[in-house]
Amino acid sequence: METPLTGRIRADGEVVTLAEYRRAGGYEGLRRALGMTPAEVQAEVKASKLRGRGGAGFPTGIKWSFVPMGPDAPRPKYVVCNADEMEPGTFKDRLLMEGDPHQLVEGMIIAAHAIEASVGYVFLRWAYRTAERRLRRAIAEAYEAGLLGRDILGRGVDFDLHVHVSAGRYICGEETALLNALEGKRANPRAKPPYPQVSGLFGKPTVVNNVETFVNLPHILARGAQWFDGLSTLSADGGTKLYGVSGRARRPGLWELPIGSTAREILYERAGGMRDGYRLRGFLPGGASTDFLTEAHLDMPLDFDTPMKHGSRLGTGTMILLDDRTCPVGMNANLQRFFAQESCGWCTPCREGLPWVSRLLDAMERGDGRPGDLEKLAHHAHFLGPGHTFCALAPGAAEPLQSGLRLFREDFERHIAERRCPYGGSA
Amino acid sequence: MLTPEEIDDIRHAIATLPHKQAAAIEALAIVQRHRRWIDDQALRDVGEHLEMSVAALEGVATFYNHLFRRPVGRHVVRLCDSVTCWMLGGDALRSGLRATLGVDLGETTPDDRFTLLTIPCLGCCDRAPALMIDDDLHTDLTPGALAGLLRRYD
Repeated sequence: METPLTGRIRADGEVVTLAEYRRAGGYEGLRRALGMTPAEVQAEVKASKLRGRGGAGFPTGIKWSFVPMGPDAPRPKYVVCNADEMEPGTFKDRLLMEGDPHQLVEGMIIAAHAIEASVGYVFLRWAYRTAERRLRRAIAEAYEAGLLGRDILGRGVDFDLHVHVSAGRYICGEETALLNALEGKRANPRAKPPYPQVSGLFGKPTVVNNVETFVNLPHILARGAQWFDGLSTLSADGGTKLYGVSGRARRPGLWELPIGSTAREILYERAGGMRDGYRLRGFLPGGASTDFLTEAHLDMPLDFDTPMKHGSRLGTGTMILLDDRTCPVGMNANLQRFFAQESCGWCTPCREGLPWVSRLLDAMERGDGRPGDLEKLAHHAHFLGPGHTFCALAPGAAEPLQSGLRLFREDFERHIAERRCPYGGSA
Repeated sequence: MLTPEEIDDIRHAIATLPHKQAAAIEALAIVQRHRRWIDDQALRDVGEHLEMSVAALEGVATFYNHLFRRPVGRHVVRLCDSVTCWMLGGDALRSGLRATLGVDLGETTPDDRFTLLTIPCLGCCDRAPALMIDDDLHTDLTPGALAGLLRRYD
């Protein structure tokens, strides 16, 4: 099985240097891309069917195709890497940046060429200190080697790459909020349209992609769209995906597998199954803002389209396990406290609804739940849902809430009826 | 007054951006790096330097989790309070930190050594529970390991 994204990452935790990266075929994808026109690079990526790995799964080549091209397009254009990984339960981009930062740098230069961008930023979360150090070093190495800056590899392409370390807020992961943060402002999301491809950073055409999306590009360019699509025979989607497990598994961790691998394979074959004495009750397939799935969904391909048919989403692909000795109400209380804290406060359902939900769940967990609370929670889950807010934060918060209420209803009811947490929890 | 080092660091940040107001977050982070936190005078000085109103800059400073508008101790402990750490013993760590440091969340020890805060998911959920002290990540923690860990920070 091929692991193009993680194959070079060293087991001893040290970083892959420029020399090592090049010996393993690094920057060959860039060399090939720079021999192609931007339109040809876009066509290759479109043909690969690469979809955005940040969670939304939008086709990367199509995202790029909305950028105005040619001599009359507004300039400078920007390429931005969303490396804000703050979705609870998610730890995939950390590995990619700490282990093999040149792969990200190369991917960003390829994307820059594809949309004729001359400036790039990596928007990096504060907590990733090791990733920051290694990424800055990789960028310096790339400048030194003529891979960044003016006239890259003598092909007449210019691209400057900078790192912005976020001052920290979950909302910065939303791409238009991220752009406001890069402009030095409060990270409130922007109205769309206009989309960033037309009017993004500083009002110029901008593409924002996730770390895992960028690191696929060198391989697609070096080995071709068809090879990439063939990496997985388990799904209509192509390529590999980083899948993770956290919670009470025997061996929590992260694995690169063909996209469309099942939760059963990931949990039982990779993570060693549940710890002794614990049974699986459910899981959030891709971070805090995805709907709970259960044992009934273990054999479903975890690609972009299949979980949607079962009321959930692939999200970031890093699953959080709910075991039979953890309180589903307490778990939801923890999740909603996070969303309430991290709401930017722009829209009413999010600013007012999330703290209300959080207080209701905390009270329930303490034994102070009241008849009617479940109806109130369901009401909020509806108003937090799609169509009522500017961005996806509140709809994301509604996902574990609405599915938790549906799948673990008895637990919620017992908290109210018995006026205590049956698992011995307290908020 | 901003120091020459701070002005130099801010100049480097502005150089990567099309206009200097865009460096607002980085400029505040730079001042904080030199002084631990951003007091009212520092906020006014940064505002003057970037030609921004104090109100606009205060809006930025109070939005972000890692910009401090109140004093912190020599070391900042950031305990993850997100879902996987919660599940795997985060509350016990919190109690352990409270007991060891003698302060609650958001407070600083009387000797000015530690400030105790929470932080959302640190992105190492396969090694939960976790916390950071200053720039250092510590994972797979138990309450029993806290005293020894904290001793390493003077």
